[in-house]
Amino acid sequence: MSKKIRVLIAKPGLDGHDRGAKVVARALRDAGMEVIYTGIRQTPENIVTTAIQEDVDVVGLSCLSGAHNVLFPKVAKGIKERGRPDTLLFGGGIIPLEDIPALKESGFAEIFLPGTDTNDVVAFVKDRVG
Amino acid sequence: MSREDIKKRIEEWEAGPVAKTLSKNPERKDPFVSTSGNEFKRAFTELDLDQETLFEETGLPGQYPFTRGVQPTMYRGRFWTMRQYAGFGTAEQTNERYKYLLGQGQTGLSVAFDLPTQIGYDSDHELAEGEVGKVGVAIDSLRDMEILFDGIPLDKVSTSMTINSPAAVLLSMYMAVAEKQGVSKDKLRGTIQNDLLKEYIARGTYIFPPEPSLKVITDIMAYCKENVPSWNTISISGYHIREAGSSAVQEVAFTLANGISYVQAAVDAGLDVDEFAGRLSFFFNCHNNLLEEVAKFRAARRMWAKIMKDRFKAKSPRSMMLRFHTQTAGCSLTAQQPDNNVVRVTIQALAAVLGGTNSLHTNSRDEALCLPTEDSVRIALRTQQVIAHESGVADTIDPLAGSYAVEALTDQIEEKSFDYIQKIEDLGGVVRAIEAGYIQKEIADSAYQYQRAIESTDQVVVGVNKFTVEEEPPKNLLRVNPEVEEFQRNKTKNVRAERDGAACEEALAKLKRTAVDGGNVMEPIFEAVKTYATLGEICDTLRDVYGEYTEAG
Repeated sequence: MSKKIRVLIAKPGLDGHDRGAKVVARALRDAGMEVIYTGIRQTPENIVTTAIQEDVDVVGLSCLSGAHNVLFPKVAKGIKERGRPDTLLFGGGIIPLEDIPALKESGFAEIFLPGTDTNDVVAFVKDRVG
Repeated sequence: MSREDIKKRIEEWEAGPVAKTLSKNPERKDPFVSTSGNEFKRAFTELDLDQETLFEETGLPGQYPFTRGVQPTMYRGRFWTMRQYAGFGTAEQTNERYKYLLGQGQTGLSVAFDLPTQIGYDSDHELAEGEVGKVGVAIDSLRDMEILFDGIPLDKVSTSMTINSPAAVLLSMYMAVAEKQGVSKDKLRGTIQNDLLKEYIARGTYIFPPEPSLKVITDIMAYCKENVPSWNTISISGYHIREAGSSAVQEVAFTLANGISYVQAAVDAGLDVDEFAGRLSFFFNCHNNLLEEVAKFRAARRMWAKIMKDRFKAKSPRSMMLRFHTQTAGCSLTAQQPDNNVVRVTIQALAAVLGGTNSLHTNSRDEALCLPTEDSVRIALRTQQVIAHESGVADTIDPLAGSYAVEALTDQIEEKSFDYIQKIEDLGGVVRAIEAGYIQKEIADSAYQYQRAIESTDQVVVGVNKFTVEEEPPKNLLRVNPEVEEFQRNKTKNVRAERDGAACEEALAKLKRTAVDGGNVMEPIFEAVKTYATLGEICDTLRDVYGEYTEAG
């Protein structure tokens, strides 16, 4: 029996829009993964600590407020510094295309945009971790 | 024709031509049911209405139960207020946008604040990093508010402010700007959102726990009744509940349940219902299902009138009127083929007008991508103007009244929503239902079902899961300059350096004493604001007394 993929879905910053985060969390859970959702208004430090404590394979961040360029790289940096550079990182939200290369550079494997099919997110995680 | 004869005719029609057609060509769906669980019959008929009660339940415009609208002449006298929600970057930038919108024929202002402002942090707070000026304008002190309304006479505009936990602070700043302009408080017209219950449910900009939040809301109501009589002290909002994924029925049910809680809190605090209920206003979403949305607005008005009359024994008709603002559904906008959003917004805006909205915000086509550009905002405003001046739907009141479908849907929504309200009462009321996670779970379930329906293409979204094309990346998107954050931080540092520090400290100490003693905090907040105490300092003072809310885990 293969070990279940462990995922942390998190909302960094002050943004309260978590419809997407909850939908993605549930879709991953329905696909057989163990998913922890942090709830809204988390600091990057909190998210890093939770990711380490929960020993997750994957961290997915959601932000619709436009603060992604500041908040996402902080999470990526924290996870690397805490000795888990192999953690798969992905993000989603209202994120301009021109911001995506820098986010990928900081360690995010994929950024999902509005209209994404959750099956694509599931397939992406399984492909990279499974 | 008698009801029996009609029934017979319908049965013959079903057994004859309908069955014959179905045997060759089945219908697209079986049955046709909305996301709210409302059944859309093949063809509604007279039998779906109760002729005995129809007039009583719909009535006449401006009369109980206000199903047909809250004013006797509605848009024949004056169109709805065209009010575009706007704000970004600094007060200086937003002031320019407001002057542009007023110049384009907009008739009211609607202030979008950034998240640090909404959660009571100054721009130089560590948690504000990256968020300053992003989803709205950053306001730290009275200085920013003076700039925001520079050159805009506050006795000539009505202003809606989307502010909840720190509503008392922003209203105080607005009153202070008016004072400097020489405008007395009784001349001020506008609305603060001030609806905390939906923040715990769906929107997330809470600061304090529910109990002190309800106390501050009641303080504001009591203060405004005496000092700012034309101000709408709360805008009880279904908008964000719907954006979070609820159905139309859930939107009505949870919003009116919240409304009941606020009225009860004020009554419990000793206020007379007819002294404050006329200043309650509402805020709804408008999604794509045109007939269901029209029915939703009509049902909500009728339900609120019944609640206020029967449950709270209101006597003044004004107390029973559900006056509301509508915003088209942000969650219905697509990042794919964004120009199609203009069409969606048109349908939604039309539904809001057919449903008798009192004011309206139309979303811009590019809002699934970024903040709207000036061009996009102009098209959105023009959409309202075309409906108002060219479509003819504003020339007769509640034009869909009597439509078999719309009346039947109005009844269905009322019945289902009252059932939900009863369920919440059975759980011990809204605050208990929030603490138990019930309302949040109901909404999340609906959101997930909707997403599943899109992915199975049961629900077609044009340009997303059908009729897709390869697209060029969108161009000319509006970006907030990252230098805004530093500019704003420096401005606030200067305010702190230049103000009379002793007066400021004294005002904050007085606020703290009042909060500890359980007195009305409005007056001390107004005094503190005038010493240029910052939003963050005032909210921190109250945090010390009231504590902070954290989401149930």
